[in-house]
Amino acid sequence: MTQAPLSAPLDIGFDYTRSLGPTLSRFVTGLAQRRIFGARGSDGRVHVPPPEYDPVTSEPLTELIELAHTGTVTTWCWQPEPLAGQPLQHPFAWAFILLDGADTPMLHAVDAQDVHTGMRVRARWAEEGGNGIRDIECFAPDAPETEPRPADELTMITTPINLHYMHSASPEESLYLRGLAEGRLLGQRCPVCRKVYIPPRGACPTDGVPTEEDVELPDRGIVTTFCIVNVPFLGQRIKPPYVAAYILLDGADIAFLHLVLGCAAQDVRMGMRVEAVWKPRDEWGTTLQNIDHFRPTGEPDAPYDSYAGHL
Amino acid sequence: MAKQRAAVLGVGQTHHRSKRLDVTIGGLCREAIDRALADAELTFDDIDAVVLGKAPDLFEGVMMPELMLADAIGATGKPLLRVHTAGSVGGSTANVAASLIHGGEHSRVLAVAFEKQSESNAMWALSIAVPFHMPVGAGAGGYFAPHVRSYIRRSGAPKHVGALVAVKDRRNGAKNQYAHLRQPDITLESVQASAMLWDPIRYDETCPSSDGACAIVLGDENAAQGRTAAWIHATAMRTEPTTFAGRDQVNPQAGKDAAAALWRDAGITDPLSQVDAAELYVPFSWFEPMWLENLGFVEEGQGWKLTESGETEIGGRLPINPSGGVMSSNPIGASGMLRFGEAAMQVMGRAGEHQVDGARIAVGHAYGGGSQYFSMWVVGAEKP
Amino acid sequence: MSIDVSIVSFAQAPNVRETHGTTNGVEMLVPTMKEALDRIGLSKKDIGFWCSGSSDYLAGRAFSFIAAVDAIGAFPPIHESHVEADAAWALYEAWVKIRTGEVDTALVYGFGKSSAGQLRRVLALQLDPYTVGPLWPDAVSIAGLQARLGLDAGLWTERDMAEVAARSRAANPAAQIYEQVTVDELLGRPYVADPLRKHDCAPITDGAAVVVLATADRAKDLCEQPARITSIQHRVESASLGARDLTASPSTVAAAKAANADGIALAELHAPFTHQEILLRQALGLGDEVVLNPSGGPLAGNPMFAAGLARIGEAATRLKPGERALAHATSGPALQQNLVCVLEAD
Repeated sequence: MTQAPLSAPLDIGFDYTRSLGPTLSRFVTGLAQRRIFGARGSDGRVHVPPPEYDPVTSEPLTELIELAHTGTVTTWCWQPEPLAGQPLQHPFAWAFILLDGADTPMLHAVDAQDVHTGMRVRARWAEEGGNGIRDIECFAPDAPETEPRPADELTMITTPINLHYMHSASPEESLYLRGLAEGRLLGQRCPVCRKVYIPPRGACPTDGVPTEEDVELPDRGIVTTFCIVNVPFLGQRIKPPYVAAYILLDGADIAFLHLVLGCAAQDVRMGMRVEAVWKPRDEWGTTLQNIDHFRPTGEPDAPYDSYAGHL
Repeated sequence: MAKQRAAVLGVGQTHHRSKRLDVTIGGLCREAIDRALADAELTFDDIDAVVLGKAPDLFEGVMMPELMLADAIGATGKPLLRVHTAGSVGGSTANVAASLIHGGEHSRVLAVAFEKQSESNAMWALSIAVPFHMPVGAGAGGYFAPHVRSYIRRSGAPKHVGALVAVKDRRNGAKNQYAHLRQPDITLESVQASAMLWDPIRYDETCPSSDGACAIVLGDENAAQGRTAAWIHATAMRTEPTTFAGRDQVNPQAGKDAAAALWRDAGITDPLSQVDAAELYVPFSWFEPMWLENLGFVEEGQGWKLTESGETEIGGRLPINPSGGVMSSNPIGASGMLRFGEAAMQVMGRAGEHQVDGARIAVGHAYGGGSQYFSMWVVGAEKP
Repeated sequence: MSIDVSIVSFAQAPNVRETHGTTNGVEMLVPTMKEALDRIGLSKKDIGFWCSGSSDYLAGRAFSFIAAVDAIGAFPPIHESHVEADAAWALYEAWVKIRTGEVDTALVYGFGKSSAGQLRRVLALQLDPYTVGPLWPDAVSIAGLQARLGLDAGLWTERDMAEVAARSRAANPAAQIYEQVTVDELLGRPYVADPLRKHDCAPITDGAAVVVLATADRAKDLCEQPARITSIQHRVESASLGARDLTASPSTVAAAKAANADGIALAELHAPFTHQEILLRQALGLGDEVVLNPSGGPLAGNPMFAAGLARIGEAATRLKPGERALAHATSGPALQQNLVCVLEAD
C-alpha cells in the first residue's frame, strides 16, 4: 500500500458551565463589580485569585480581602502570535503580577511593548462583565483608573472550550474506506486467528498483529442484535427513532453498527436478513455512510444458532 | 514477603444530584473526603498518599484534573496517582489504593473518585462524531441496549425482570440519604409505563446522570487495629478488547476471569451462600441478572430467576445494591467507588437504613468501556 | 523484606514529528511491544500485569486508551490498569503491583500522538479551570514565565540554557533532534517566546515506549544485566501557580530525598525546557560528574505520556555495573508533579 492513511479534522467544542462555590463566587462577583479579591492563606500570605483551598494546609479559604487594581510585573514571557482564546489577539506579554496588597502573584496578560520585570501595571477592564477572570481584559502601564460598579451575585461561569485535531484512520482502515468510496466492502483476515475483520485492524484484538489478507465481502448479511433509539441528544446526526443494529455481513467474523430501515422498527428481528441500500454514487466518499441504511431482503431469518456466537 | 493486610477505615460520599451547582469540582470532592476522614476519625495529616479516579476528562473539560485539585484533595506535598479505566475507574482506584498498602508503600491512603456531569453533557462527550465513523452511536444506553436484547433472547428472561430490578433499586435508594433518585412509591406498572428510550431499555430502567463524589480511607493492619474496619479479602481487575470476532458481549470473559480470581483469592467457594451483600455496577437494570451470571453467583441463564424470586432484595438470600446502586445515583467516575465503599459500609455495619442485617462479607463491583474493564473487591468484617 | 523489582527490557517507537498512525497508538505499540518482549524471550502470556499511561485530551476523544489494548491482543483477558498521566506513573503502579506479591512480571507502556492537536494550547486545560484556564495560557508561555524567574534571580543564564540545548541536540544520532551546534550559534537564533528560543523547548513528538519489569529473582533469568529499582518516589505541588516556588521544585527535592537519590553516576531528566533541566539538576544536587541525558532527553524528542517512562528505560539500559542512575519524570504545568526513580545495576 503506497497511499498515506486518510485523515480529517476533528473539532470538539463545548461551553462548559462551572459552578463556583462560595469562595470563587465572591471572587467572580467582585470581578463583575470591578473589584479584585484575594484570600489570606494559613501562612499569612495573601493569594490572588483566592484559592478555594489553602496551598499549604488544604483548609478551605473563605476570608476574602480586597486588593488594589495595581501591581508590579514579577516575570513575563512574550506571546508574539496569540493563540485562539487568549486575552489579546495582538502581540502581548504573559506576566505574573504582584498586586499591591498581595503576597503571591497572579497570572494575566500585559499589553505593553516595553514590558519588563518591575513594570507597574493596572487592570484594564473588559466592557462586559460576568466572565470571571476575563472581566479583566489585561493589565497595562497606561490603563485608566476604574471605579467599582454594581453587579449581581454570580454563582456560575461559562467556559467555552474549542479544540481542533487531525484525526487519522489506520492504514488498514484507510484501505477499507477507500474501498467504500468505490462501493466495495473490504475486510481483512488476521494471519494468526484467520478471522475476517471489517473494518480491517491495525492490530487483531486477540492476536496483536495487523490483519493482512484482503477479503471482499458482499453487501448483505444479518442483524445479530439491535436497539431502537428513541432518545434525542446533543450532537445527534440521525433523527430518532431509528434502529441501530449490529450487521454481520456474510463471510465476516465481526459485526458493525448500522441503521436498519425499510420496515417498521418493531418488525426488525434478531437474525433478520438485510442488504445495503447505497446512496447515489455521486454522494459517495471514504465513509460507511455511503451505505444509507440496510433493509430487509425478505429471505428467511437466520437460525439463532448461526449467530449466537456473535452476541 | 506476604502481602500486607489492608482495610477500609472510612467511607464518605456526597449528596448526589443531577446538578450540584453549590460547589466547585474541588468542593464536590472535598465533601466526600471530609466525610470519609470523619468516618475514619483521621485528618489529612494522617494520609500518606492520594489516588484519584474519574472517567473521561472531556466530561469536565479539564485535562488531568487531579493536578488542579491537588490542594482540594489534600495531595499537595504527597504522592498523587490518577487512575482512568473507563466506567470501572472508581473500583480500580480503590484497588490501586489497596495495592499501595498491600505492597507496603504506605500506611494510610486516601482514594477519591468524582464526576461533575453538569459541567457538560456526557451523551455529547461519549458520542463525539469521529471522522469516518457511522454516527449511529447514542451514548451508553445505545451501546448497551443491543446486548441487553441479546441477554433476553439467550436466557429467555421474561420482559418484566428489568422493571423489577428498577423498582427494587429505586426503593432501596429511598433508604439512602445520599442517593440522587429516591422513589419509595415506584411500582412495576409505573416503570413499565415509562418511555422506551433505547428499546428494550425504558426510561425508568436507566441510571440517572449525577454530580457526585466518593472517598475511601484505607489503612494497613496497624492503622486498622482496634477499630471497626472492612478488611480487604481480595481484589481483582481484568480487561479485554472492546470488540473481537466471537466476543461474548453479554457474559464477557474478562468479568468471569476477574470473578474467578476474586473468589479464589478470598477463599470463597460458594459465592451465593458465602456473600452477604453485593454492590454491583448496574447502570441499566437488566445488568443485575447479567452480572449475577457473569460473577458466578448462579449458572448462566439463571440470573433472572434469582432476581424474579425477590432474593436480591434487602432481606433476600443475596441483597444486590441495598444502597440503590447506580440506578439511583450515577456520578460516572465515582459510581464504581460507591459500590466498593457501600460494600465496606455494609460489613462495618454503617449502612444506616439500607443496612443488610449481619453482613460479614460483601462484594464491590464495577465495569466500564464496552463491558470490558472489570474491577472488584471482597471485604469482610474479619481479618482475612 | 520487600520484593525487589528490576527493569528487564526497554523499547521505544521512533520519535518523530508526525506519524501517519492513529491517536490510539496501535501502529507504534505493536512493533514496540514485540521488540521489548522478544528481547527477553517472553510473550504476552508471560506478563502478569499491564499498565499504561496516555491522555484523552492528546487524542481529542474520550476513552482513547481503550483501543490501545488491541495492540496487546488482550484475549484471553489480561490483568490491566491505566493512568491518565505519563507512563512513568504507570510504571510506579506496576512496581507496586509486583511488590504486593500478586504478580512477578509487568509490562508498562505509554504513547501519545502530540501532532494530532495543538499541544501547547491543549495543555492549558491542565490549569485551574476557574481562574486561570479561561485565559488559555499555553504551556510554552508558562515555561517562559518560569524561565525568566530564574534568569532574573541569577539561577541560570540564557547561555546556560543554550549549553543544555547544544549538549542535548548533539547527544544522540538516533534522536528526533540531532545537530552539532555551538552555543553562540544557538544564542543567535530568534526568540519564539522571549525568554525562550526554539532550542529551549522540547519538540513536538509522536512516540511510544515500553518497559518490562520483573521481580529481581526472575530478572536474572531474563536478561544479562537487569537494572534494579532501589526506590521510586513522587510528589505533587499546589495547583496555585502564584503560590508555588517555581524555581526550586520542592516536589522533586522531596521525592529525591525520600528515594535516597545520592551517589548518582547517570541521570535522565524529563525536562521539556532547557531551564527546567538546570532547575532540576540544582534541585537534585547533581554535580558535573553526573552524565546527564545521554539519550538527548526530552529536548531531542518528547513523546508526551511516554517521555517520562522513556527516561527510566534509557537510564536502565545505559547503566554500568556497580553504578547508580536516577531517572526523573514530570507532569503538569511548570513541573507541578515529579517522580524520581533510582536504579542500580546488579
